[in-house]
Amino acid sequence: MRDAGRRVTAARSYPPQIKTGPIMGTGQGPVAAQGAVLALDRIIKTFPGVTALDQVQLELHAGEVTSLIGENGAGKSTVVKILTGIYQPDGGQILLDGQPVSFPTAQAASGAGVTAIHQETVLFEELTVAENIFIGHAPRTRFGLIDTAEMRRRAGQILSSIGAEIDPGVKLKDLGIASRHLVAIGRALSVEARVVIMDEPTAALSQKEIEELYELVETLKAQGKAILFISHKFDEIFRISDRYTVFRDGQFVGAGRIDEISESDLVKMMVGRSVDQIFPKREAQVGEEVLKVVGYSHPTEFEDINFTLRRGEILGFYGLVGAGRSEFMQSLIGITKPSKGAVKLEDHVTIIRSPAEAIEAGIVYVPEDRGKQGAILDLPIFQNVTLPSLGETSNRGFIRMAEEFALTRQYTERLDLRAASLDTTVGSLSGGNQQKVVIAKWLATRPKVIILDEPTKGIDIGSKAAVHEFMSELAAEGLSVIMVSSEIPEILGMSDRVIVMREGRIAAELEGEDLTPETLVRHAAGIGVKGEAA
Amino acid sequence: MSLAETTSAPEARARGPVPDRLRAPWEAKLKSWESLLLVVAIGIFILNSFASPYFLNAWNLSDATFNFTEKAMIAFAMALLIIAGEIDLSVASIIALASTAMGLVMEAGFGTPAIVATGLATGLICGAFNGVLVTRLGLPSIVVTIGTMSLFRGISYIVLGDGAFRGYPSDFAFFGQGYAFWVISVELVIFAVLAVIYGVVLHKTNFGRAVYAIGNNATGALFSGIRVARVKMILFLLTGLMSGVAAVCLTSRLGSTRPSIASGMELEVVTMVVLGGVNILGGSGSIPGVVIAAFVMGLVTFGLGLLNVPGIVMSIFIGLLLIGVIALPRLWAKLRGKA
Repeated sequence: MRDAGRRVTAARSYPPQIKTGPIMGTGQGPVAAQGAVLALDRIIKTFPGVTALDQVQLELHAGEVTSLIGENGAGKSTVVKILTGIYQPDGGQILLDGQPVSFPTAQAASGAGVTAIHQETVLFEELTVAENIFIGHAPRTRFGLIDTAEMRRRAGQILSSIGAEIDPGVKLKDLGIASRHLVAIGRALSVEARVVIMDEPTAALSQKEIEELYELVETLKAQGKAILFISHKFDEIFRISDRYTVFRDGQFVGAGRIDEISESDLVKMMVGRSVDQIFPKREAQVGEEVLKVVGYSHPTEFEDINFTLRRGEILGFYGLVGAGRSEFMQSLIGITKPSKGAVKLEDHVTIIRSPAEAIEAGIVYVPEDRGKQGAILDLPIFQNVTLPSLGETSNRGFIRMAEEFALTRQYTERLDLRAASLDTTVGSLSGGNQQKVVIAKWLATRPKVIILDEPTKGIDIGSKAAVHEFMSELAAEGLSVIMVSSEIPEILGMSDRVIVMREGRIAAELEGEDLTPETLVRHAAGIGVKGEAA
Repeated sequence: MSLAETTSAPEARARGPVPDRLRAPWEAKLKSWESLLLVVAIGIFILNSFASPYFLNAWNLSDATFNFTEKAMIAFAMALLIIAGEIDLSVASIIALASTAMGLVMEAGFGTPAIVATGLATGLICGAFNGVLVTRLGLPSIVVTIGTMSLFRGISYIVLGDGAFRGYPSDFAFFGQGYAFWVISVELVIFAVLAVIYGVVLHKTNFGRAVYAIGNNATGALFSGIRVARVKMILFLLTGLMSGVAAVCLTSRLGSTRPSIASGMELEVVTMVVLGGVNILGGSGSIPGVVIAAFVMGLVTFGLGLLNVPGIVMSIFIGLLLIGVIALPRLWAKLRGKA
């Protein structure tokens, strides 16, 4: 019954945001699916101990883009999985052209014209572009063999329809990231699609590629397809959508036309609180020098990196993708070996040959790739948190589980981790909560220097704010923070000082008034800057 | 098929403190693979006692344990290795080489202590050889150990040819033929001690935790400060050492060394490990599971032996048992899902 209470409160908080429209409130009569190609009507999905979706509504209209907005854990991914036949709803209806349908399998969903461009579509390195696009439904010759010529011709058509100049005959492994993404989109469009789901399609793209994607969305709209767009970036939500639907904690909060709502109202609906202070910047209490890096070089990735880091400082590392920032950071913690250079930590020259030695020395690294490097997804939360601190929670090498839970609790509570229990696997958490586990794990080692590589990539606004606030707190407590980020607002909002890297070298060190979006971009891209930092 | 499984899943919505556990540990244990396997073991025990009047006899049962004790010694170390995402298929060949080395030392006139030390040292050296190739050169362990499988036994064939070493000192028989007290054989005691040691190491120590972490995600483990190469090296050394221990026991029990000794045993060891619930792809499994699996395999072999089933037919039963026990939970889940 607590759920019902919450719902009422939620509705009362946002009377101005909920527009009158075909969808309104929760738990009312059947959706008037006027003109909606695909609609979800009071869909319920439960997992053991958790209600992931509680009578949610969603409508997708032909030739329009509907943005589904919500924090991580709001139920967006679950909706996508229901629409694509991976999950079955426990209640409610899916309506296609107003008629109830069910998608018992992924094939059934794509047969009904629902296709998805996923966050990470699985592609096959050793297959050609055409084979990747048509895998599973390749055109056949009359002998039942794959008709390669026809497949390449049609793949070429699909790719040119989305403005991609890619030879369908080349192997995927010979393509760059951006082209691969277009192949993934091509695959989604190779079935006769009426509904296209785009789940964070721009997360891995550069600005230019994002522009191209927007054009693609316009093309698909013109073709009369109904598009479900999921993104954490408000600028693009406002730029390309026609409608919005907001979920929070698995419940429908509101929906309407995007031109009838302001950004701040949308944020309020989404988080259930106002996020005024996205960047909780406090005055820097920068102390003595903690880390000094001299002449750090690598044969291929970076060269002649020099900088110092002081106590309580947040040092930003900005640069374009491929500028060598992550490679340098990983070399600092001993993953790759530098060809020359030295590290001085608190006046001691320190040689770090492995992450284990880095932890001992007090330098820890929160990697960008959470799933592969940051966390061990199939192990429980508490085992992830204590993994680098096992020496602390054990007695002569023997595990003391009570200590493990205590340590985990101490750090995850500070980060407001939300999970069913501390022994559930990290893989079952949303991106934001996974990141909290990874950060907790490193703080539990009580480091002197923490390196955060894209700490808020792909996580929702609420978790983002929590991470930022926490970073400020840590710096205030005397921890030295290095933050690698490609998001200009984050770099500007959080850093005391910023180092810009370009092609493996330090292009500039910026502080105070020099620190503007323009100077960052100019140095990162190598456009001439007046008053180049000496 | 074209839809990638993404990792994000439902979040607990409840605010407030997150509990340590949702289910009590005993509750998880009750529904585990090990419990199912225990039921199978008891079932086979009861079947056997009905099938043959000679089964329920302390000395016969004691004899039955020799069917699995040597294999199980290796299986404990192999379980850790497989959980960490590696494998060693050369274990039976290590036994051959170790036994041959022991024979040479015996021929040279040394006594039991030197013979035993030689067996163990040979095992360790073979394990080190595998470990160095895998951890230093980064070669896949399945390829490396298929290679050393031929290599180690090949050396043994060159040394012995058609011949055999016989005439081990009488006190050497202690390991494979001796009894600690009443019907409890020395091998069974070694098996039990090793079971406890490996169980504690895997489930109660930081080293065991590192083994699980590496098997689930070696990159993530490395980034978390686990010395991945060192842990894997230790596991190869342990597997080699256990093969040495098994070589001592088996040679002592047979009283002779032929180059064909223990041939095909590597697959029986891996079967035991997998039957015990260890994921062949790494990341999960337990020592209690392997212990029960050892008993299951021993009981099946012994029961069939009492019924005069020939050895070749026995391997069919072991194969069916493995597939059956692994397929059963899946089938059960599928049937329940449809109901």
